[in-house]
Amino acid sequence: MAEQDWKANKGVFAAVSLPTLFWIILFFLVPMAIVWLYSFGENKGLTEIDISGTLDNYKRATEWLYLTIFGKSFAVAALVTLICLIIGFPVAMAITFASEKWRPWLLLGIMLPFWTNLLIRTYALMMLLGTQGFANKGLGALWEGTSWIKTLVGLQPLPTWEPVQLLFNNFAVVFGLVYVHLPFMVLPLYAALDRLDRSLIEASLDLGAGHFRTIMRIVVPLAAPGIVAGVMITLIPALGAYLTPDLMGGTDSQMIANVIERQFKKANDWPFGAALSFLLIYAMFALIAIQSMRKKVPEVR
Amino acid sequence: MALFARTPVAPLEYSRTLWMRLWVGAVMVFLYAPLIVLMIFSFNDSKRNVVWRGFTTKYYEKALGNDQLVEALINSLTIAALATIVSLVLGAVAAVMLWRFRFPLKSAVDGTISLPIIVPEICLGVAFLMFFAAVNWPTDLIWPFNLGAITVAHITFCFPFVTMVVRSRLATFNREQEEAAKDLGASEWQVFRDVLIPHIKPALVAGALLSFTLSLDDFVITYFTSGPDTITFPVKVYSMVRFSVTPEVNAASTLLIILTVALTFVALKLQGVKAIAETH
Repeated sequence: MAEQDWKANKGVFAAVSLPTLFWIILFFLVPMAIVWLYSFGENKGLTEIDISGTLDNYKRATEWLYLTIFGKSFAVAALVTLICLIIGFPVAMAITFASEKWRPWLLLGIMLPFWTNLLIRTYALMMLLGTQGFANKGLGALWEGTSWIKTLVGLQPLPTWEPVQLLFNNFAVVFGLVYVHLPFMVLPLYAALDRLDRSLIEASLDLGAGHFRTIMRIVVPLAAPGIVAGVMITLIPALGAYLTPDLMGGTDSQMIANVIERQFKKANDWPFGAALSFLLIYAMFALIAIQSMRKKVPEVR
Repeated sequence: MALFARTPVAPLEYSRTLWMRLWVGAVMVFLYAPLIVLMIFSFNDSKRNVVWRGFTTKYYEKALGNDQLVEALINSLTIAALATIVSLVLGAVAAVMLWRFRFPLKSAVDGTISLPIIVPEICLGVAFLMFFAAVNWPTDLIWPFNLGAITVAHITFCFPFVTMVVRSRLATFNREQEEAAKDLGASEWQVFRDVLIPHIKPALVAGALLSFTLSLDDFVITYFTSGPDTITFPVKVYSMVRFSVTPEVNAASTLLIILTVALTFVALKLQGVKAIAETH
């Protein structure tokens, strides 16, 4: 039996559809519509906003300053996604080919941080990366060690260790975003690799390809949908990230979400903030559209 | 390599090769080391929280004696519990609607329900800020009704996840069971309660865990929807972190981490590690 036509059982259909439709319209579509309308408005006085149909907010968003912030957000998100892919792919492989006994525990190990509060994880990283945190102490110890080895072989010792600034800069933002988003990448990769037909890998190895070549020529093309899914699942939240750049970034590492937040808190320019929000949403839609176009190409061939 | 291998490593046993083990080990250290350090330093007897100065539990007393922090934690747990209950009902009902019926504009409805997952948090937060301002949502209600705005916002981004999980579970449902129940005289409601609900129970447990943690975790959307009197735990911790890094934050964070781990293990006890892992 396939899906039932809604007319065949109107009572049940009403019972399951009305609550859902009510909620999604009232508490999702209406708020979104309000943002969309406000993006065509202008400030009249301190609290009054006139929806005049102006495009000034969008024009202002194309100013060089905001374009660079959009560009930078994309660059940071893309870099974070790439690093997550490089770190996450071997992990996903390891989980896929782990023994029955270990696999669920490894998965749990990846998922547990994902369930832990984002703010707590960011705070934990901040503690570690601070000028007196363990990361700096570790680097300091390495530095001292190299210095000692150099004196041992009769060279000049290195100058004394100065703690490096690991926090409140672009490096910290990328590091923090990778830390937060790594589970997002590993889980879809694992889901794709798990469905893979292992005999194809065995065939490739039997026919003389090395492990690296097998991975590049067999595993990666077959797992492509999962890789694309992982990339999207990592890229989209990284692009809209607020907390990490806010807490771990410096003055020059603001991302688009921080600019939006400022319009609603300090700058008090709601229409402009609304326009930026919708530009961010359009960017997401564009990314998703590119992804679905990519999916259709092999079918055409 | 011979260090661990008792039997020779088969070609596909990638996870038994040494470099793979090192890689996975390094990633696990990367993921867990910051959290473990945070938990250890919650017992540190030092205000500045950078050098270990001896063991103490006084910051737990301080955190639990901080009325604002405790109130924020209670608020967060209340919101998470309410949001989970409503999300479960709404999410399950939406999943049944999409699974069972064919109706006009179905793909549009389907897409709209998954939109809150895709739309960036910041945009959703902004939308709720504007929405609650536009409808003049009352802000001076007594507890727990003053948490209404935040709870509504949380339900909106939690229930699509429940729908997703329940729907994938429903795909494995054998409709003949439903027909058999009906042949034996069960009403629609009885079929739903006695046949469908037991089948989707693992998805409901996973969905509940997901909703609860998503709600407890959320900072951005809450930050935009909370009033001055409705502080949640992440919002409170955020202001504490901005202000200064104290062991009190570590102590409070440790309590929340333990709560998360405990919840996960309750879910595991109910469903087993495999079922939970597979729903993601």
